Amino acid sequence: MGAELVIKNLWAQVEDKVILKGASLEVRSGEIHALMGPNGSGKTTLAHVLMGNPFYQVIKGGVVYNGEDLLGMAPDERARRGLFIAFQYPVSIPGVTMASFLRTAVSARRGYEKDQLMSLSEFQKLARAKVEELQVDPAVLGRYVNEGFSGGEKKRAEILQMALLEPEIAIMDETDSGLDVDAVKIVAAGVNRMYETSGNKMGVLVITHYPRILKYIKPTKVHVMFDGRIVTSGDAELADELDHIGYDGIRAQYERVAAEVVGEGEVRSAGKVFWVQH
Amino acid sequence: MAVVNPLGIDLDQYKYGFHDPVDTYAFRSQKGLNRKIVEQISHLKGEPDWMLAYRTHSLGVFEKKPLPTWGGNVGEIKFDDIYYYMKPAENQGRTWDEVPENIKRTFDRLGIPEAEKKYLAGVGAQYESEVVYHSLREEWTKQGVIFLDMDSGLREHPDMVKEYFGTVVPPEDNKFAALNSAVWSGGSFVYVPEGVHVTIPLQAYFRINAQNMGQFERTLIIAERGSYVHYVEGCTAPTYSSDSLHSAVVEIIVKEGARVRYTTIQNWSKNVYNLVTKRAVAYRDATMEWVDGNLGSKLTMKYPSVYMLEPGAKAEILSVAFAGAGQHQDPGGKVIHAAPHTQSSVVSKSISKSGGRAGYRGLVKVYPGAHGSKCAVRCDALILDDQSRSDTYPTMEIDEDDVQVTHEATVSKVSDEQLFYLMSRGVNQDEAMNMIVRGFIEPISRELPMEYSVELNRLIGLEMEGSVG
Repeated sequence: MGAELVIKNLWAQVEDKVILKGASLEVRSGEIHALMGPNGSGKTTLAHVLMGNPFYQVIKGGVVYNGEDLLGMAPDERARRGLFIAFQYPVSIPGVTMASFLRTAVSARRGYEKDQLMSLSEFQKLARAKVEELQVDPAVLGRYVNEGFSGGEKKRAEILQMALLEPEIAIMDETDSGLDVDAVKIVAAGVNRMYETSGNKMGVLVITHYPRILKYIKPTKVHVMFDGRIVTSGDAELADELDHIGYDGIRAQYERVAAEVVGEGEVRSAGKVFWVQH
Repeated sequence: MAVVNPLGIDLDQYKYGFHDPVDTYAFRSQKGLNRKIVEQISHLKGEPDWMLAYRTHSLGVFEKKPLPTWGGNVGEIKFDDIYYYMKPAENQGRTWDEVPENIKRTFDRLGIPEAEKKYLAGVGAQYESEVVYHSLREEWTKQGVIFLDMDSGLREHPDMVKEYFGTVVPPEDNKFAALNSAVWSGGSFVYVPEGVHVTIPLQAYFRINAQNMGQFERTLIIAERGSYVHYVEGCTAPTYSSDSLHSAVVEIIVKEGARVRYTTIQNWSKNVYNLVTKRAVAYRDATMEWVDGNLGSKLTMKYPSVYMLEPGAKAEILSVAFAGAGQHQDPGGKVIHAAPHTQSSVVSKSISKSGGRAGYRGLVKVYPGAHGSKCAVRCDALILDDQSRSDTYPTMEIDEDDVQVTHEATVSKVSDEQLFYLMSRGVNQDEAMNMIVRGFIEPISRELPMEYSVELNRLIGLEMEGSVG
């Protein structure tokens, strides 16, 4: 049985603003979904809520992942169960090399016990193979996580992480933004290769503002998000239509939904409340 | 409740918190300090008269000097309740076979024999006030390198010791330096002849064993022109209910074009007062480097300093401090530019957690005429919760216009964004936190010999247990 991510009527807020207003979407093993929409429509919020960023709070609705309540899991548990997000703005971790970080991450994903790691030689073999496959500069493994990376390097490093972690469902959060056409092609090729490597089993949710990446990644389905919900869905051609009418056309077509921020105590964090007490 | 971590170490029992029965000591002084005890120490060691005179003079200085009123709280130290000298065994072992069984057991638990097999070329291990085990690689002896415990150094090379002893840190410097000068015992004596490069670090393990037992080791390192040596000390101490005092003095002379690196990883148990005076003088084009890792102890006050006395001298001070519950780490450094074209760099990293207090206290002094000198100070503090505290006390006295002095300080908390990012890759929260902290101190840990770097990360990992809510 393949992986299954079912988002049902999801409402979420951040600080003083409701952003998701009843988003519903289903992504299954082997499907490639494109989620498009104007800036501020809630695409990135959806991605972060799915990964459990505690900065966001879920007001109502739910997400079921492989039959279980995803929102009840901490982010690391979600990742270990095969959910992955390629971030739009990956943060840097000074002093921690990509190699040591990824060895820990891959070990966790592969079910090693807490504080156990896969052998160094095994990891190196794996990392070398993936680096070669994705045509990434191997020197990246010795660098600190995202520290001093250019925009393109960050995006490629995210794809490398995805390749190493072999997710069941991968979310690409505007991975194409800020990249030139060549870089977009490289990123798209990486995703396609991963999809093939998984035996066409990986589920993918490509979040994008621009249709151009969809020339290189062929979606099974295209969804348009507006004001925190999906207003229309269709096949790959929807992306072309959208290209013609533009987001202004979408804005003119749909109304905004009024929503009030819910007070503390009535919401739950997107991830379990697990944060350091500052 | 006993907390057992994944390594199977019971954290309620401090990791190195075992101890040997105290009655195996060959000799133990009475508690407290007076002229008679000082004379007794000197007599038992068979020291020359000048050293006895030096000790008694220092005792007078100690008695007159007031306690420092800044830094940590040293007012609680009961000087009358401390043994100032203990001798665990009659003879100093040269080979492993000669070391008494129970002491061997202690070393076994500290992992020293394995360490030696693997990478130690010379071990000067201080057990109580006497060095019991000491081996030195033959080729160094051939090269003229001397690596002895300080007592043997004084016995075998009295002229050299007399020439340099107390010249870098005089007893008048501060109350604790005076105390050490009066009752010192053990420590290392290192002499590196001109042009000799000691390629493998000289390592010494220090250890306090008996309750209320002060440890007052004295180390003197002389690096002749163009020589190089890396001296490494690692410290552990067992846990006891009453407070212990560790007050060492380290003096280093780095002659023209020589380079000395002195690395410390100390992890005193959390009742130890660690009040250490470390100072080096660097001559023309010489380089002095202090790498200082401070974990454990109740209070650490330690400001390794470098006096750059001639043109082209360089100083580098790297320090990392970790303060947990009930701990006060007051480390720092002093760089004194007393000649033109001297250069110094200070990097301090402090971490505080569970109500601990850590910080940086430093002095940059540039004398008139030290033109063309450069100094860069950087101190970063990482605070892990709201109960903890970080203090930075940078003092700068710049009496020369033609200099470049920079000071950067940051105070940060572990960011939620970083934690989320690591966790989103499957890394559990504890490990994510550890990773961020390890990254924070990486500029220091990468300077350590591999085994110490691993040990530092492991010790910090232990301290970090349960730091996330």
